[in-house]
Amino acid sequence: MTTTAPAGEAAPPRPGPPGAPPAARRRTRLSGDGRLFVLPFLVCFALFLVWPVVQGLWMSLTDASLTLRDPQFVGFANYAEAFGDPDVWSSLGNTVFFTVISCVPLVLVALAMALLVHSGLAGQWAWRLAYFAPYLLPVTVVTLIWTWLYQPDIGLGNELLTSLGLEPVGWLSDESVAMWSVAALTVWWTVGFNFLLYLAALQSLPATYDEAAALDGAGAWRRLWSVTLPQLRRTTVLVAMLQVLASLKVFDQIYILTKGGPNGSTRPILEYVYDVGFTGYRLGYASAVSYVFFAIVIVVSVAQLRLFRQED
Amino acid sequence: MSPTATATPARPRRRPRREDSGSPMPLGHGRLPRVLAGTALTVLAVVWLLPFLWAVATSVQSEQDVTKPGLSPFKGAFTFAAYRQILERGNVPTWAFNSVLVAVLVTVITVGISTLAAYGFSRGTFRGRRALLAVTVAAIMVPPQLLIVPLFEQMTMFGWVDTYAAIILPQVVAPMMVFILKRFFDGIPRELEDAARIDGASEIRVFRSIVLPLSRPIVAAVAIFVFIGAWNNFMWPFVVTNDPDLMTLPVGLATVKDAFGVQYAQSMASALLAALPLIVMFLLFQRRIVNSVATTGLGGG
Repeated sequence: MTTTAPAGEAAPPRPGPPGAPPAARRRTRLSGDGRLFVLPFLVCFALFLVWPVVQGLWMSLTDASLTLRDPQFVGFANYAEAFGDPDVWSSLGNTVFFTVISCVPLVLVALAMALLVHSGLAGQWAWRLAYFAPYLLPVTVVTLIWTWLYQPDIGLGNELLTSLGLEPVGWLSDESVAMWSVAALTVWWTVGFNFLLYLAALQSLPATYDEAAALDGAGAWRRLWSVTLPQLRRTTVLVAMLQVLASLKVFDQIYILTKGGPNGSTRPILEYVYDVGFTGYRLGYASAVSYVFFAIVIVVSVAQLRLFRQED
Repeated sequence: MSPTATATPARPRRRPRREDSGSPMPLGHGRLPRVLAGTALTVLAVVWLLPFLWAVATSVQSEQDVTKPGLSPFKGAFTFAAYRQILERGNVPTWAFNSVLVAVLVTVITVGISTLAAYGFSRGTFRGRRALLAVTVAAIMVPPQLLIVPLFEQMTMFGWVDTYAAIILPQVVAPMMVFILKRFFDGIPRELEDAARIDGASEIRVFRSIVLPLSRPIVAAVAIFVFIGAWNNFMWPFVVTNDPDLMTLPVGLATVKDAFGVQYAQSMASALLAALPLIVMFLLFQRRIVNSVATTGLGGG
């Protein structure tokens, strides 16, 4: 390309057959323009990302099924069905509800943890380990532990409540409680990541503003409120954005913990996709529902980016 | 980028950095704020550690003792019976081996192709570079769950269901990591590479002996996140494996979770065995992992 052209003109050492550049220069050019570096990634990218995205879009327009039968093109019938499907709407509602009740504590608790750890008390190492360790657990480990904590008769949750003289709670069996139980588990499990993001941001803040405010006689609360928190604004926007997207995609812990129950009260949209596709064998319809979900994710992302830009 | 994540002896350099960074004491000088902050930290830490401690206590008792009511964590004699039963059954070691194999291979392949691609995108001049980069960045938005159904169809077509290839290969595409690395490579001055090129080094040689050593912290950060993600990945390995001998730990434990029934001691013992490797890794590499979150900020999760 551009880099080789001048070199070729400047040095025509021996007459060669036209259109067949010397082997040596050819090799330099091929690796020199970088395409070989990108090739392995692009092959995987095309095979395992672009192909399934296109394939899924095509499947959503057919009645493809896990039972081996040639799929028929059905146009937008799957999408039409999805919009009239009460289970799509209820699982979407569950997803939004989970997102709201999980994101707020996941941002605020993480901020509180980071501010407290950053205050410089001894034992940094231990605090970080305590708050971040659950993030390192595989989802199955988390759900095994919490299934035991939520055990209705002898689990720690109800033992604590009864020892305080309160009524035991059906953590995972009561429709009005189950989603809150899932959210509590999720906060415990994943808050560590947001905590580390906040901690890193705090450690990179220049100390000068805080010192200046202290010299002017501002108290600790005042400096926290008027100096530190405003400086963390960008981080908060970032953490909240990432968290909303992560919460919308909830599936794993709910699937293992409650399978969407009781009575569908914790079933998120992605579990509905899974149920329809792999349990109900309707791959075409499952694809259509997952593309509806994808569209929602894109709308939310774009809306957030807009907000983010305005903040700047 | 913090200097602590490089291979240089970090300890002596760390100290001064810590002290002049940030505002170390937003608490003021009174005793009350310190006591309040300490109390809050302790309460939070207790709440966060309690599920672990409760699980540990449960796992070292007999099934009968565990089911006795009461708030006391220890309701009977101390025993490793639950661990012995888990290990004798033999599934957990197999799944642990699979998890290690899958996580290591996914990490090696992902880091390999992503750093190469990021360098190619950063320094390359080939036709279509911008368009391909734009598609890669756009792909960051695609939720992996969207791909599950068509990917499963694809694996069925390849005849790959219940193979390591099917578990591993679809996990190695990480557009976010390519983007993070590309941004980092963009920031490395090209003069160093040009000097090596003039000395006749090949492109791959320049990449290996100049660019990679300069990028060790960011590559380590990416590797850590890819590893944690692969180790903990549940949905894809779950969908694509039916053979218990090929399952990873999270998948295997999920399939026998209901079989544990009321055997909570065994259930907790298996959970803790599966939790152990990454906790140990965190204890060993704590500083590097903490830095990774900061450097790849956008990339984790």
